[in-house]
Amino acid sequence: MTKATSGKTHRADELVTVSGVSAHFAVRSGLLRRRTGTVKAVDGVDLVIRRGETLGLVGESGCGKTTLARTILGLRPADEGEVVFDGHVISQLPPRDLKPLRRHMQLIFQDPYASLDPHATIGRSIRAGLDIHGIGRAAERSAIVADMMNRVGLDPALADRFPHEFSGGQRQRVGIARALVLNPQLVVCDEPVSALDVSIQSQILNLIKDLQADLGLTYLFVSHNLAVVEHVADRVAVMYLGRIVEIADREALFGAPRHPYTQALLAAVPQPDPTHRRTEAPLAGETPSPDVDYQGCRFRGRCPVAIDRCRTQEPELAGPVNGHRTACWRVADGL
Amino acid sequence: MTHQTTPGTLAPAGTVDHRPRRSGLIRILRRLARHRSGRIGGAAVLVIILMAAFGSLLVPYAPLKIDMAHRLLPPGASHWFGTDELGRDLLSRVIFGARYLLLVGVYSTAIAFGGGVLLGLLAVAGGGWTDMLVMRLVDIMLAFPYVLLLLAIIAALGPSLTTAMVAVGIAGIPGYARLVRGEALSVREREYVDAMRVLGAGTLRITLGTILPSILPALVIYTSYVMPLAVLSASALSFLGLGAQPPLPEWGAMLVSSRSFLATAWWVVAAPGMAIFLSILGLNLFGNALRDVLDPKHS
Repeated sequence: MTKATSGKTHRADELVTVSGVSAHFAVRSGLLRRRTGTVKAVDGVDLVIRRGETLGLVGESGCGKTTLARTILGLRPADEGEVVFDGHVISQLPPRDLKPLRRHMQLIFQDPYASLDPHATIGRSIRAGLDIHGIGRAAERSAIVADMMNRVGLDPALADRFPHEFSGGQRQRVGIARALVLNPQLVVCDEPVSALDVSIQSQILNLIKDLQADLGLTYLFVSHNLAVVEHVADRVAVMYLGRIVEIADREALFGAPRHPYTQALLAAVPQPDPTHRRTEAPLAGETPSPDVDYQGCRFRGRCPVAIDRCRTQEPELAGPVNGHRTACWRVADGL
Repeated sequence: MTHQTTPGTLAPAGTVDHRPRRSGLIRILRRLARHRSGRIGGAAVLVIILMAAFGSLLVPYAPLKIDMAHRLLPPGASHWFGTDELGRDLLSRVIFGARYLLLVGVYSTAIAFGGGVLLGLLAVAGGGWTDMLVMRLVDIMLAFPYVLLLLAIIAALGPSLTTAMVAVGIAGIPGYARLVRGEALSVREREYVDAMRVLGAGTLRITLGTILPSILPALVIYTSYVMPLAVLSASALSFLGLGAQPPLPEWGAMLVSSRSFLATAWWVVAAPGMAIFLSILGLNLFGNALRDVLDPKHS
């Protein structure tokens, strides 16, 4: 196993350290499928996930949240930079060498309908991790599966049922059980409740929080829903067009957002108050296409406070290490 | 700012009813029984199977017994289907012939199914160059006219019933391979396959344990198209003298030896001809019903 090779020190409380990670997709067109462009879905991201915390990752659709999460899980290689998981550099490992680490990092999927094999009983789906890693004998595996089903609030007697016999919320419980059966350290939750009915969402969110307390899990919680993230996250990172623009503790980010984009996002959250009137102007314009090379800040086209410097120089995340960090010239200047 | 979700309670989930689960096979059979062409086709298939299994108990005469005193008798009380130019009882020969139809259908389809699934999954699992090579091989096989391909294989192996089955089977491989590759490529992109990857499953486990079960319904549906065609092709080969050889009572072979008597004794051709026609019709009806029952797009 490759140990961390970079000169940086990896503090013991850091489970995942992401340094300068980029993920590119080739744009191909024409008869010969020649590469005509590159989409930089993730472009130079630094991120630390500490043991036992829930790091929320928010941003609009297409900002690169899911790609970043998949890169962290080693499901796709990082085109630049490195991902260090528990002291191992995993971003360049071939799948074979990654397998022993797989059981320590799992994924809870967004869509509980697409993410369960319709031809496998839910017991078989939940047991899959144990089968793959050859953990325990048959009887022990069944016992682990039954225990996990109890933990997520499913009757173990239902193990031989098929996914189509379950509701969306129950299926998501199956997905959670499948991810946790290997007793992982890191669990990436990729929009785990956005496909569920609102009435079910809070049940699943509370289940996810309870399981974290019981099993000592570390979460990377990816969502576009700010209310959900505020409910579960300890720290929150805001992503825009492949870059982290602001990262802070939950209270700081929701209470005193600094980056103009974060401010606009929070202002756009619908308020459950009919007398409430928007005071801030909603964000104008569209997210620009991520397949062009940027000069300067990528948010400047929609930014209400952009200055000349934003056109020429790209701001880096600035602020105290592990504190409230913002990538914005105006914030740096003390706006 | 108050965008907090209402804290919910952890409700006891899993409140599904506990009635015994009806297995998939029984559900399919029930739906087939309710389907009109499923009933007709199913009956035909059942008759073919019964004739093939218990033919030797049912036949009134030995199918190969020559009786020159009673040659070319029209259908009547003693010989329901009449007799052929050598005095052999046509009913007995038709009943006996069912086993060759079943043999050809099962063996040639099994060869095509097995070979095609193997090649298709190999292409998908191997990817890159493997995929390219396998699929070009399939393209080459598909570029040959079907009958020419059959003739080439028979020319290499020599004419017999076994050769005909093998030839029809091999000729069916590329169709299966293409179907398997296409279906597998689309299944591979599903999230539940991703989930297996996240858990650490290797290519072999994903291909055989997750992808193959997912494409099985499509394969069954395709088989329902292909099997009647295979039976018909093998009969055609026998008719051309390249499959079953006389005096074997294979229906295609029966047609050849008696076709010169068509003008004077229509029944010698009608008996095996109707047997082929009705059994292919039955297989097709059964296949249609199976498609309706299995294909989620139609139900």
